[in-house]
Amino acid sequence: MAYSEKVIEHYTRPRNIGTLDKNKKNVGTGLVGAPECGDVMRLQIEVDETTHTITDAKFKTFGCGSAIASSSLATEWLKGKSIDDALTIDNMDIVEELSLPPVKIHCSVLAEDAIRTAINDYRVKNGLEALPLK
Amino acid sequence: MLKLPIYLDHNATTPCDTRVVEAMIPYFTNNFGNAASRNHAFGWQAEEAVDYAREQVAKLINADAKEIIFTSGATEGDNLAIKGVFEMYREKGNHIITTKTEHKAVLDTCKHLEKAGAEITYLSVGEDGMINLEELEASIKPTTILVSLMYANNEIGVLQPIKEISAIAKKHGVLVFTDATQAVGKIPVDVQADGIDLMAFTAHKMYGPKGVGALYVRRKNPRVKVTSQMDGGGHERGMRSGTLNVPGIVGLGKACEICMTDMESDNKRIKALRDKLETSLMKLEETYLNGNKEHRLPQVSNISFKYVEGEGLLMGVKDIALSSGSACTSASLEPSYVLKALGLDDELAHSSLRFGLGRFTTEEEVDFAIDQVTTAVNKLREMSPLWEMFKEGIDLKSIDWQEH
Repeated sequence: MAYSEKVIEHYTRPRNIGTLDKNKKNVGTGLVGAPECGDVMRLQIEVDETTHTITDAKFKTFGCGSAIASSSLATEWLKGKSIDDALTIDNMDIVEELSLPPVKIHCSVLAEDAIRTAINDYRVKNGLEALPLK
Repeated sequence: MLKLPIYLDHNATTPCDTRVVEAMIPYFTNNFGNAASRNHAFGWQAEEAVDYAREQVAKLINADAKEIIFTSGATEGDNLAIKGVFEMYREKGNHIITTKTEHKAVLDTCKHLEKAGAEITYLSVGEDGMINLEELEASIKPTTILVSLMYANNEIGVLQPIKEISAIAKKHGVLVFTDATQAVGKIPVDVQADGIDLMAFTAHKMYGPKGVGALYVRRKNPRVKVTSQMDGGGHERGMRSGTLNVPGIVGLGKACEICMTDMESDNKRIKALRDKLETSLMKLEETYLNGNKEHRLPQVSNISFKYVEGEGLLMGVKDIALSSGSACTSASLEPSYVLKALGLDDELAHSSLRFGLGRFTTEEEVDFAIDQVTTAVNKLREMSPLWEMFKEGIDLKSIDWQEH
């Protein structure tokens, strides 16, 4: 199975690898997937508490090239968005952008889950109610 | 000059040796006859070539030429042996013993027979991939007709103790079939010394062409028979009908001859390269060798690089052709059942790579592979959340993972 150019590009030059301090109140962390399944994504956002705008996003992913590319792309898209706008990112947008084949759709679903889990973590830390995961 | 990509997947298939191709060529064009044509020179010539190849094949495994049945490959050999014995010896019993780490060609054949009334025992293997001989003996019953255990495993290269297995089977009057696809041509295989009754193997794993293989069927002590699975002209002593693939058979014969003469020197060289590769890669932290280190093929090494996912790793070593036990590389989304049978966590199974070296592997290629794999593992660990947790001393088992 050949990878799309965009997947290869993100895999070769991943954006925003790293770790934010998960204990900070304005940092939301989403850790999704499981080692047994061969995919674990950790996505973190740093949010401006007055505007609820995402100022930074970092990821680390254990998984295939498509999983790495999906999370790398997600961090790119998250930066600069408000936490409400970030919720509009749909896994199918990732599928489209990276031209993921059907067997790799689960990578995009995982990335969307990671986004939502990270936002929820931030919300709960800041006295907002958690939103249901899709 | 290093030519990329490098091929380190010789357990999947091997390139045809040019000496094999040269031997085959005349049998496509000038000597194109049907080996079953008894009335003219074209047929005689083809038959003579087949007879010669049969001798070459038999010699490699210390069999008699009459005991060689040509097939289309090892999958067909596995099917013919297991289904053929089951049907032929049905009155004696319906019980077959095999193991969980067999190739799918054996496992799926057994599953098929279960629907037809066979009782199958799937032996477990130890952490090292080897079966327990006491467990084997204990599972033999009056209805047991066949023990089907592979000679060398295709994923980890582990060798089952065939000689000991056949001694136990003989004691109880049970036939022994071995899928020796990965072993024949790679290590000395002797059907007499090993006490094998039936054995399947194929040309393309030993520098011969694809689409041709052989099934060894013992003719003496005991005389073994299999019910044919392909009906027709009664070729191959009635056990496998179908016009003989003369060029392919000539290629298989030549491949066997070369393996016989070159095996010792090839193995010495390849094993040294394999050991170099393995030793270098095992220097990386948290790497695990899969399968028994001693009882295995000298050409293969299966290593898990913990906290790195296999398919992601393969993408990072794009100049090397390799296989992984990762689920992502298979359609099933399940990691390697062989590695799981060894008791490996799914996580470690996902993190495995199989390195298969071959006759034409060079030291330069091995050095390149060491370098590229090391770089990729380090890079992927830097972006692995699991590696970070491991480094922080967090027990991954303590985390409540959300499985998908």
